[in-house]
Amino acid sequence: MKKRIRWSEFLIEKGIAGIAFVSLLSIVLIFVFVFREAAPIFNQKNVSHAETSLADESVGESGSYGDVEESESYGEPGASESYGDAPSDDSGSAVTSSAKADSSTDSSVAVLPAVADTMSPAIEEEPADISAASPQASFVENLLSDIWQPVGDIPKFGIAPLLVGSLKVALIAILIAAPIGVLSALYTSTFAPRWAKEIMKPTIEIMAGFPSVVIGFFTLTILATFLQTIFGYEYRLNAFVGGVAMSLAVIPLIYTISEDSLAAVPKFFTEGSLALGAPLWETNIRVVLPAAIPGIFAAILLGIGRAFGETMIVLMATGNAALLSANPFEPVRTVSATIGSEMAEVVFGDQHYVVLFFLGVILFVFSFALNAVAELFIRQKLAAKFGGAS
Amino acid sequence: MISKKWMGRFVALLTGGSAFTTIAAVLLIVGIIVHGGAPHLSMKFLSSAPSEGMTEGGIFPAIFGTFFLVLLMSIAGVPVGTITAIYLNEYVGQSSKIGRVIRFAVNTLAGIPSIVFGLFGLGFFVSFVGGGMDKVFSGGELVWAQPNILWASLTMALLTLPVVIVSVEEAIRTVPRELREGSLALGATKLETIRKVVLPQSMTGILTGAILAVSRGAGEVAPILFTGAAYFLPELPKNLHSQFMELGYHIYVMSTQSADVEATRPLQYATTLVLLMLTFALNFSAIFLRWHLRRRAIR
Repeated sequence: MKKRIRWSEFLIEKGIAGIAFVSLLSIVLIFVFVFREAAPIFNQKNVSHAETSLADESVGESGSYGDVEESESYGEPGASESYGDAPSDDSGSAVTSSAKADSSTDSSVAVLPAVADTMSPAIEEEPADISAASPQASFVENLLSDIWQPVGDIPKFGIAPLLVGSLKVALIAILIAAPIGVLSALYTSTFAPRWAKEIMKPTIEIMAGFPSVVIGFFTLTILATFLQTIFGYEYRLNAFVGGVAMSLAVIPLIYTISEDSLAAVPKFFTEGSLALGAPLWETNIRVVLPAAIPGIFAAILLGIGRAFGETMIVLMATGNAALLSANPFEPVRTVSATIGSEMAEVVFGDQHYVVLFFLGVILFVFSFALNAVAELFIRQKLAAKFGGAS
Repeated sequence: MISKKWMGRFVALLTGGSAFTTIAAVLLIVGIIVHGGAPHLSMKFLSSAPSEGMTEGGIFPAIFGTFFLVLLMSIAGVPVGTITAIYLNEYVGQSSKIGRVIRFAVNTLAGIPSIVFGLFGLGFFVSFVGGGMDKVFSGGELVWAQPNILWASLTMALLTLPVVIVSVEEAIRTVPRELREGSLALGATKLETIRKVVLPQSMTGILTGAILAVSRGAGEVAPILFTGAAYFLPELPKNLHSQFMELGYHIYVMSTQSADVEATRPLQYATTLVLLMLTFALNFSAIFLRWHLRRRAIR
């Protein structure tokens, strides 16, 4: 009897261990699959170029699904595997599109090798040269250009306006949210009396529970008009409005983590300083706050990560125009908003699809790096600071 | 030099001002949404379908869709999260390598932007798994390899996994060591101890985790933008491979892309209010449970 129990228990325990690895497995899977869909960006020969007219808008017209190798199968009108009803001529033209003379999209990938610094991709090339000229190099150039206009006669995939847009919004958001978040945390954990803290802390943490779509809606209807009447700029929805809205979402995050690290500062720091005669405010600013700096720094890093990756708020509050400028009062388009709004209407396997996944890779890598740095930072600094204390 | 007394007052004012600004912002947002949406809230609103191009009618399909979504998400995510938390706490030491790797993975999952989860849902669930299922089960016919509620809920389950894991771990940690040791001393195996001693004691934590996950899942829209949500469907989702309407998605599309944004404005407010109330109710119950848990732990 005992032996049988041991066997099934052994299996169950192994099962538990296996399931526990799901989180690890999913990180790996996310990594693999997001990168995989973006991989054709490095091998432009094999990516189908969609016919740009009405075909762009329908989701189900491209070639086969579920094949591991994207290269050859996109073009094939594989009968059993192709999508939906319309037998699209996209699929037929896909693989060999680079050799087609009449496809207008090809002019976007044809570039005279000598002209390395031309930003405009609209140079007509002789059909015969198209397959000879490197579609890869010209595509990379397209990526580095500063116009994002994926739908049109000549699709332009310049990611610069999107990156700058994300940067502008995140910067404005952090400039507002970091001081407010840290100072509020400082207040509730050091200055506020106990009864006040019991009320304030949960209230601010409620803010963390606001769905970002609600914040976006609030901004779209009320906040944008309010800010425009105060500041009097031209465009109602712009990077500044997006940044303010984003700060509403980031403040609770910075607050919570900063509050935790301020509360983790040993009590005897405060007591010692007060015993030496320093007033409370000076103790808090010059003793407690510096001790909590690693955690606060990590909080701000995570806030930046969140500001960069947040989608719904920017979709609703920034005006969604891919302009490249330093003016914070102009509409912008962030990386996340681009993915969010254009993904639903993109042809599977298409160049546009691949670029959107590539943007996703950028987001993923960026937040991964930020997270890793924040974590290492906390662990390292905390271990160094408090390893020897008490 | 400003005197220390005035400096002290300034600092207190600065920090207190920040805290009060934040709280004022919270109250303002809630207040405005309640003010705009409460007049249009009614039983009819909650139980009927939208009509007249979303200018009239209700949001029942969206509520149903949200409910269905979080139900599937919890079925998928809560057990996995609980088991992971059990593993991390019971079977893995404090400073073991495996533990650190898994915790790192969980923390990374928590930090990935929600739209990347949507991309993953599209690239993995919809096309890879869905495509594979189509080949095997439907003989190539397109059934699974498109956005639907199953893939959306699995994507959400992944998104909320860290929340569940952290909550359950918190609860498991409050189970006193002596209880476990007593059980083992009486001859129970480790698994039996977990099943009969640790788990029942951690039920509050598991519930908290599930509620927080549901709250997050109902509010996040980015992952379902292209993995299954739709703006208007003539009927409720009947099976796992249909699309669905959802509260957050509804708010987004209604306020940015509806034919007449001003005319649907009252409905937008009301829908936002419903979503907000739902989120609040869930968060408050989670806070209450957590408070209950902490009280029990102190005892």
